[in-house]
Amino acid sequence: MSTTSSVPDAHEGARNDQAPAPAPRGPVARPGSRLLHRWVWLRLSLLLSAPLAWMVLIYVVALAALLITSLWSVDSLSSEIDRTWTLDNFRTLIENEVYRNVTVRTVGVALAVTVIDVAIALPIAFYMAKVASPRARRMLVVAVLTPLWASYLVKVFSWRVVLSEGGLAEWSGLGSPGYGLTAVVITQAYIWLPYVILPIFAALERVPDSLLEAAGDLGAPTSMVVRSIVMPLLVPGIVAGAIFSFSLTLGDYITVNIVGGANQMLGNLVFVNAGAANNLPLAAAIAMIPIVVMLVLLTAIRRTGALENI
Amino acid sequence: MKTPFRRGRVAVACLSLLSVSVLAACGSGDDDKKTEAVEELGDTEGQVSILAWPGYVEDGSNDPNVDWVSAFEEKTGCEVTSKVYGTSDEALNLAKSGEYDVIAASGDLSLRLIASDEAQEINTDLVPNYANVYDFLKDTEWNSVDGKNYGVPHGYGANLLMYNTKNFDSPHTSWGAVFETSELEKNKGKVTAYDSPIYIADAALYLMKTQPDLGIENPYALDQDQLDAAVELLKTQREYVGEYWSDYLKEIQAFETGDSVVGTTWQVIKNNVKNKDVEVTLPTEGATAWNDTWMLSSQSENPNCAYAWMDYILSPEANAQATEYFGEAPNSPQACEQTTDPKHCDTFHAGDEAYAEQLWFWRTPVKECLDGRTDVECTDYAQWTQAWTEIKG
Amino acid sequence: MTLSSTARRTLAVLTAAVLVLIYLPLLVVVLNSVNPNQSMTWPIEGVTFEWWRRAADSAGVREALATSLQVAAIATGIALVLGTLLALALQRYSFFGKHSVNLLVILPIALPGVVTGIALNNGFRGILGIDLSLWTIVIAHATFCIVTVFNNVQARLRRMGTSLEEASADLGAGVFTTFRLVTLPQLRSALLAGGMLAFALSFDEIIVTTFTAGGGANTLPIWILNNMFRPNQAPVVNVVAVVLILFSIVPVWLAQRLSSDVEAAR
Repeated sequence: MSTTSSVPDAHEGARNDQAPAPAPRGPVARPGSRLLHRWVWLRLSLLLSAPLAWMVLIYVVALAALLITSLWSVDSLSSEIDRTWTLDNFRTLIENEVYRNVTVRTVGVALAVTVIDVAIALPIAFYMAKVASPRARRMLVVAVLTPLWASYLVKVFSWRVVLSEGGLAEWSGLGSPGYGLTAVVITQAYIWLPYVILPIFAALERVPDSLLEAAGDLGAPTSMVVRSIVMPLLVPGIVAGAIFSFSLTLGDYITVNIVGGANQMLGNLVFVNAGAANNLPLAAAIAMIPIVVMLVLLTAIRRTGALENI
Repeated sequence: MKTPFRRGRVAVACLSLLSVSVLAACGSGDDDKKTEAVEELGDTEGQVSILAWPGYVEDGSNDPNVDWVSAFEEKTGCEVTSKVYGTSDEALNLAKSGEYDVIAASGDLSLRLIASDEAQEINTDLVPNYANVYDFLKDTEWNSVDGKNYGVPHGYGANLLMYNTKNFDSPHTSWGAVFETSELEKNKGKVTAYDSPIYIADAALYLMKTQPDLGIENPYALDQDQLDAAVELLKTQREYVGEYWSDYLKEIQAFETGDSVVGTTWQVIKNNVKNKDVEVTLPTEGATAWNDTWMLSSQSENPNCAYAWMDYILSPEANAQATEYFGEAPNSPQACEQTTDPKHCDTFHAGDEAYAEQLWFWRTPVKECLDGRTDVECTDYAQWTQAWTEIKG
Repeated sequence: MTLSSTARRTLAVLTAAVLVLIYLPLLVVVLNSVNPNQSMTWPIEGVTFEWWRRAADSAGVREALATSLQVAAIATGIALVLGTLLALALQRYSFFGKHSVNLLVILPIALPGVVTGIALNNGFRGILGIDLSLWTIVIAHATFCIVTVFNNVQARLRRMGTSLEEASADLGAGVFTTFRLVTLPQLRSALLAGGMLAFALSFDEIIVTTFTAGGGANTLPIWILNNMFRPNQAPVVNVVAVVLILFSIVPVWLAQRLSSDVEAAR
């Protein structure tokens, strides 16, 4: 396949298609189109209605129902849900030390994963976007994307092999931390790394080379260029990647089962309670913890204005 | 909000049931659960959906050589769809959806299904192959309630003690290996245990034998004090546990590499561990065990095919195939004659009553004490689940 | 900004090191797909093609793969339509509640999978009273895939500006004509990138899927989950993973090529 011919230039395509059409089409446009042109709100509501209906009817309703469920309880005899309002589930969460510990542990792991991923992704994404030749860049993007297709479970299990006693990590002389929280952090950082590299790479790609060159020509030192030109354009990409890795780690319960030793995370508690004795109300209450964590985080980020640019 | 849909489903259920003229009493309001046993069978419905442990319902799609479903489909015309589950808790949720006609339930699930009216009483006369089953598996606490039979036994196996001989001076004969601090100290971080609230019973069994003062008569009937003692024991053990296991690939691998050296196991795991130093034993205290039960959903829309399946999977050929593939003891002497490995039943102590007597088969802890005590209230599975969360910390 | 050659070299070495790290676990998978030992080990104990033969014979894998492709394709299709509509609305108009809508789109991916999973499971079964099936997976996947399309399209719309669209309107083209002939062609590579990511996300999703899959609907990750815990099946799973990696290189490469061609031409 040749590099140039198969996909027509977007602009050219548009122009070619339009060429045979008579230029002044204003008055001939169909009535529906004219109506839409005039009524902005109509255009807007047509655009918004389908996606909003989808999100609200499916997702918001489900989340609201979950919140309500967390205020119910389970009758221990019939194991049916008892629909009288109670704060018992939340009381359990507050009074039992174990939920606090697990929350701290989970948030800690998610933070560690996020920091590691961003730290690794930054130089890589920079190299891909600004240093590598276009050809090498394409190869690198493919190289980063390809592991996404090897199943998540298979990758986690292969880390189990790598970190086991006498496994690849020890065998190579690096030593292994054994199964535990460190292993969870390593594995999760590995799994979500492509999801962090990609948005940062995309953000960097958008930084025009000319801008950097101009700054350089005007005598700005590299550190200053990075701080005042690259970073502001980069922050949205970093935020997007960080949200991805943080939230994906926050809800994971499979990795910790496979390489986490005897530890449990919030995801495990939700999973166990949604199943065990069918205590959906308690599971829903526990699920409120990551929801609150994420909402606080998202609001904080929105204050900085980074969210709009994701 | 819920009722219109429910009614709709009831209507469908009624129609399909009427058409096979099994039931007349269907108009009893909006409860579509039927818990009484049927008197006689009608024509098969053409399909049956089964919920089971991995490896119980194999149709050759995973391995063409492992297939006992196709023969059933040919014989009865009942098309099988199946879903597998990873833990009993997951199965409970799936069963409640009412999408499954037959459920293979372990003892930690069966009573919960019966209590929530998800199971239908079984008329064992309609399951001819039931006659073959070992007597000690019939009419037990985990498949019958108040003299009513809610399922037919599949296969069984014990939760044994597995250890790596390299880490021990002498062969082990006691659960003390995983419960006594002096023993645990030697293998800190390399101890493993089964990851489920039902594992609390293992600790209770050990306490039953070592601390008679606690008065434990049945490891599945614990009052609050007894549960607290078991939880205490497990919290101590937690300090030494490297990891908990729930799927057997994980444990096989851990014992092969040496990440785990002592802990609970199933015989089939031992058979798959290639490490020659790994030994397995039934400790002197006895052990907990499981015996899975084929149960019929009270919401079943295909009861005739469900009965056909239960009879089929109890037949010596099918039972031998399924239990040998999964790695557990078959449920009848006839099945033992059909196994491809002639020593299979010896390895798994099938039919060995003296062996079976030392086993405490899984059953679901409920408020009403299973050991017959009426002066106290026992702890139920929800409390065990809560306790297990705290043990893991 | 001119980087010193040392800095360039350091970056190159770092990148290479991370790539090695990314591919090492995959190497373990590849090697274990020919490992005679049926639990994954290191180092491997020999070479056998038994697992490859078994994988080729496995009808379960093929069915699960077909299911996964089907789910991912439909979910991506829905996400493409809804994500583009939303991006157009949010980027081209300002209205009350815009920020909330923005947040709402991000929510399904920002909230942990296990939360989305039990919420949807409870919603489908408890509120709507529908049985879980293939379609419930599709709906769940589409819900969290919208955001990837939305992000890509929104970023492109912002860079595009509105001058071309305005010119088109000034020349008399109707709203639909402008969209079809001016906006859409410029969005093509963004749609491709967003769609690819959505497809990948759906294809490998396991947590939300566990909660929303009906009895007969086995996606590939569910098949893998079930088979990893079955005797003698783990190596077959490795084979499947290796095959997936090999096959994925083609679409990833193609997509990358297509989008960079468009990129280069602009």
